[in-house]
Amino acid sequence: MSFPWANQYNPKNPFMRWMDDRLPLPRLVYNAVGAGYPVPRNLNYFWNFGVLAGAALAIQIVTGIVLAMHYAANAGVAFQSVEHIMRNVNGGWFLRYAHANGASMFFIVVYLHIFRGLYYGSYKAPREMVWLLGLVIFLLMMATAFMGYVLPWGQMSFWGAKVITGLFGAIPLVGEPIQIWLLGGYAPDNAALNRFFSLHYLLPFVIAGVIVLHIWALHIPGSGNPTGIEVKGPQDTVPFHPYYTAKDGFGLGIFLLVFAILLFFAPNYLGHPDNYIEANPLSTPAHIVPEWYFWPFYAILRAFTVDFILPAKLWGVLAMFGSILLLFFLPWLDKSPVRSGNFRPKFKMFFWILVVDVLILGYCGGAPAEEPYVMISQVASAYYFAHFLIILPLISLSERPLPLPNSIIEAVLKGKSGSTLSTGTQTAVSAPAE
Amino acid sequence: MVRPIGILAGLGFVAVLLWSLVWGAVAFIQEPPQPTAEHEFHKHPRDAGLSSAGLLGKYDRQQLQRGFQVYKEVCAACHGLKYVAFRDLQDLGYSEAEVKAIADQWAIETPSVNPETGEAATRKNLPADNFPSPYPNEVAARAANNNALPPDLSLIAKARHDGSNYVYSLLTGYRDPSPELLREFPDSKPGQGLYHNPYFANLNIAMPPPIVSEGQVTYTDGTRPTVDQMSKDVAAFLTWTAEPKLEQRKSAGLASLVFILVFCFLAWGAYKNVWRGEPH
Repeated sequence: MSFPWANQYNPKNPFMRWMDDRLPLPRLVYNAVGAGYPVPRNLNYFWNFGVLAGAALAIQIVTGIVLAMHYAANAGVAFQSVEHIMRNVNGGWFLRYAHANGASMFFIVVYLHIFRGLYYGSYKAPREMVWLLGLVIFLLMMATAFMGYVLPWGQMSFWGAKVITGLFGAIPLVGEPIQIWLLGGYAPDNAALNRFFSLHYLLPFVIAGVIVLHIWALHIPGSGNPTGIEVKGPQDTVPFHPYYTAKDGFGLGIFLLVFAILLFFAPNYLGHPDNYIEANPLSTPAHIVPEWYFWPFYAILRAFTVDFILPAKLWGVLAMFGSILLLFFLPWLDKSPVRSGNFRPKFKMFFWILVVDVLILGYCGGAPAEEPYVMISQVASAYYFAHFLIILPLISLSERPLPLPNSIIEAVLKGKSGSTLSTGTQTAVSAPAE
Repeated sequence: MVRPIGILAGLGFVAVLLWSLVWGAVAFIQEPPQPTAEHEFHKHPRDAGLSSAGLLGKYDRQQLQRGFQVYKEVCAACHGLKYVAFRDLQDLGYSEAEVKAIADQWAIETPSVNPETGEAATRKNLPADNFPSPYPNEVAARAANNNALPPDLSLIAKARHDGSNYVYSLLTGYRDPSPELLREFPDSKPGQGLYHNPYFANLNIAMPPPIVSEGQVTYTDGTRPTVDQMSKDVAAFLTWTAEPKLEQRKSAGLASLVFILVFCFLAWGAYKNVWRGEPH
């Protein structure tokens, strides 16, 4: 579906006409990311991150395929083959650093993309399916990144794999058999390394498939926008191409700038030194920590320290998975009909508390499991769950949203298009949420 | 239905977390965590001031050669360099012939087989060989070192926090444990075959001080071989063994940044041009 005023694909070139009659692939592209897709004219820079996440995936797939030509997924030689890539393969250091830091860049842009969605209510009707598919992509990314980190077979690879698969051991009765089945043994070894490599190669293509569904689902209602109000007519939109292709081009430049600084000047900044020590099942590192993008979840996992009906470890595992799974219910937990946080004063306040809360969780997740970090992560985890499960359902009952503009074009012409996060000092009028 | 269930689940998680918090706080007050010797007396590495540090830093070839000499004459007795090949030494400014001579005269030979009998044997190193390990296996290494295993040094500068400075600090950091340390933590007195070093993670290292006196290595380039200088030089050399492509990486980075900045400028211009007159 698209808006009735969308540009129609009308090829002039005889070959393109011939092609259009037989395989209308150019038409599909034209309607999906070309001039045939009308997009609200008031998108701010936070709407760049979807395209950037796609670019990050493409970079990961290209660098990953070439790395796989030189890497050997065998516990006896995996570490050595990575050093071979770093030292003897032409441009190998570039490929490996690009792939390792590319994963971090992927998570940075995806986290910004997710928080954009949280602030502007992108998960709300009629875009619930876009949100749900996005969460599926996020889970697949986490699985892919985790398995990818195991492949260099360093100390953190090995012990990270041991800790994370050990989580399944917390499941009552069937936990241990599941853990052994997942690893193909009692501890990470060649069997685990090989299957992780196989799945690490497979999952990015699954992600690409789900991205197609994600974009398909997005194009049914069309893109949201910072005001959160629906498109009412042609004056509210501009064609995706050239307007947003041009803007995304600039966004891509900034993305590449940050990526290049990381890759060329601080390639190991986000890594852990222990992963330059070959995996050794007999020597446990002093602090086992996952990559930075898992730290908030790792903090939640470790926040449960006391048995309460269930063992503490099981609580931690349930909470860690729960902290992501609850996002699947978000469209039905937050019932405020106003999408954009710009017009929801209470929601906006709690949103920024959540941002700070997740940053604190991230910091605690990277810190050693000792006081005061454990107590801080307990408070921060409690807020995380309270925010989504208690606060969001309740504030929509009492909140008085600010008056919404009548249309996107009106908001744009009044300079309230939402291209900044603040809406100034408007006063609330009676517009109850429900 | 989602909201009541959600609120109940939320209250459940919050309650269990606060329960954990209360118990944690009680334990924290009743038995405050005891400071450990490592926590109080472990030191962060001192800055070695290597030329390779910094955004545009390059290696000092003379220093790398001196560092290689220290490795060869001091470290190589116990520590391997298994990911580095002799041919890589050309990077330090040695000629092909010099590298060939270094490989040929290396004290430890490379494992091989006798071409006549097929029995295990050794042969002289070739430039294409990696540095041979000083011990045939881990058991032999431990047997020769009071059950401690000297780590391979190829990646040591990346396998420790602030690795280049760590190597320098560790080598110059041997000293007697301070009286405060012994008073507060009598257990951290170095045991048999251990040496106090505040830069080592648990303060007691099994490696005896390797660089002890000025002139231990005779430099040919006229640099005065103080303990500090030799430690710095070998830290520079081990930075190179861990990251031999550092210079290519930084210069490629500089070129990339220039290219990307031009791209950003053009893309910004295109963006502004396309949107001109279009309210947004």
